[in-house]
Amino acid sequence: MIARSSGSVAVRIEQDVVLARQAVRKLAQDCGMRLIDQTKLVTAVSELARNTVVYGGGGDMDWEVLDEAPRTGIRLTFRDEGPGIADIKLALTDGWTSGGGLGLGLTGAKRLVDDFELDSTPGVGTRISITKWS
Amino acid sequence: MERIPILRMGDFLLVTIQVDMHDQLAMTLQDDLAERISSTSAKAVLIDISALDMVDSFIGRMISSISGLSSIMDAETVVVGMQPAVAITLVELGLTLQGVSTALNVERGMQLLHKRMADK
Repeated sequence: MIARSSGSVAVRIEQDVVLARQAVRKLAQDCGMRLIDQTKLVTAVSELARNTVVYGGGGDMDWEVLDEAPRTGIRLTFRDEGPGIADIKLALTDGWTSGGGLGLGLTGAKRLVDDFELDSTPGVGTRISITKWS
Repeated sequence: MERIPILRMGDFLLVTIQVDMHDQLAMTLQDDLAERISSTSAKAVLIDISALDMVDSFIGRMISSISGLSSIMDAETVVVGMQPAVAITLVELGLTLQGVSTALNVERGMQLLHKRMADK
């Protein structure tokens, strides 16, 4: 697997969620990803970037365009140095929320992508990687 | 402050969302609509989301809230123009927008609202 290109987008405030969505939409379009997959990926980005801002206290989204002939993929990693997730299993339960949301952010994002990895240490931060192949 | 315009046409309020909304903008729209339904005694609200290329759980929740809110304030709501890719993604995300009336386009949405008002 070769990273064709990579970069990073700051995800600090609410407006950055919109910028992260737009950046990923552009990447997905440039990769020739189907519209439905673009929409799923961008929606997952919206959920995870919001979590980074709201729960993580802000962080970054790293992006990579992957070449694994014949397919192309986009891998995104959301990093924050927030309070972390104490119970990952609980956090990945549909309908469970620590805030005032619907509890669909993490689980929903997981369903919308091909790969989903979550690492979190209480007091250190959270790192979530997602990949969508086209 | 940035706002989504709400147009009044007789007993109807029309909202066309044409920008990529951040969360605060969605919350403001919800508050503004409640205020306008009250101040204009509107009987129906039509929300056109055909320009939205993504609806996440936050925007989905806002749509449900607006629908519930206007119902309590004796106004009908219909959401029109959802793009197919957005609809598929919403269902996969786990949001089915229960209790929200939808129509394929503005014309059908208007027909639906007129019919509901006539039936009342």
